[in-house]
Amino acid sequence: MTRQHQNHTTYWAFIVHRVSGVLLAAFVPLHLYVLSLAVSDGALLDGLLQWSTTPVVKVMETGLVVMLAAHLTGGLRLLGLEFLAWVSWQKTAFALSVGISLAIGLVFLLNAG
Amino acid sequence: MTDNAVRSETLLWLAQRISAMVLAFCIAVHLATMVVAMQGGLSTAEIAGRVGGDPVWLVFYGVFLAAVSVHAPIGLRTVLLETTSLPPNRIGLLTMLFGLFVVVLGLRTLYGLFQLGPMS
Repeated sequence: MTRQHQNHTTYWAFIVHRVSGVLLAAFVPLHLYVLSLAVSDGALLDGLLQWSTTPVVKVMETGLVVMLAAHLTGGLRLLGLEFLAWVSWQKTAFALSVGISLAIGLVFLLNAG
Repeated sequence: MTDNAVRSETLLWLAQRISAMVLAFCIAVHLATMVVAMQGGLSTAEIAGRVGGDPVWLVFYGVFLAAVSVHAPIGLRTVLLETTSLPPNRIGLLTMLFGLFVVVLGLRTLYGLFQLGPMS
């Protein structure tokens, strides 16, 4: 069953923002813990960083970067919606958000490769 | 909704938006730094050499951490309130504990990394 509002572009903007937000919140403690290994166990961190150069992890990292960029650009879209005058180009703002996020992911992937 | 509850929701909404504005800047810097740092390859020595002992990075990541610790728990609270039937007080407590956990873990990591640096 598909409800009418689910066909709207900004509904998907809402879903992207929400899903990326929850996943990023879950990732933050893990990220901080891994970084703390630089102090407590540098050899383990170096091993993990070495593992992170494998193609599978690179793709996962790129997904994470795209998610972070999507949450950033989607958040800027929301701030604009709430604090600036109403604009009629909501779909364009979402398209820009998706485009910029994918571009940042691509730049990351090309540099990481 | 009582006056206090309305006031509290308004303050949380405001804190979420102000932290979002701070995060917009921090994440842009973080993304750019990641792309640059990745070029030479990441290692414990590279991370320590880049951020260790540098007060500018310490302040930057301190502000970043503070903004994340405010923004993420409020966002999770909203999601849990809308998608679960847990009591609102319990959701508030759980997400506040999550925020405190991030602050403690983050400060410990930040301080440790700062101490590692060549300049300290």
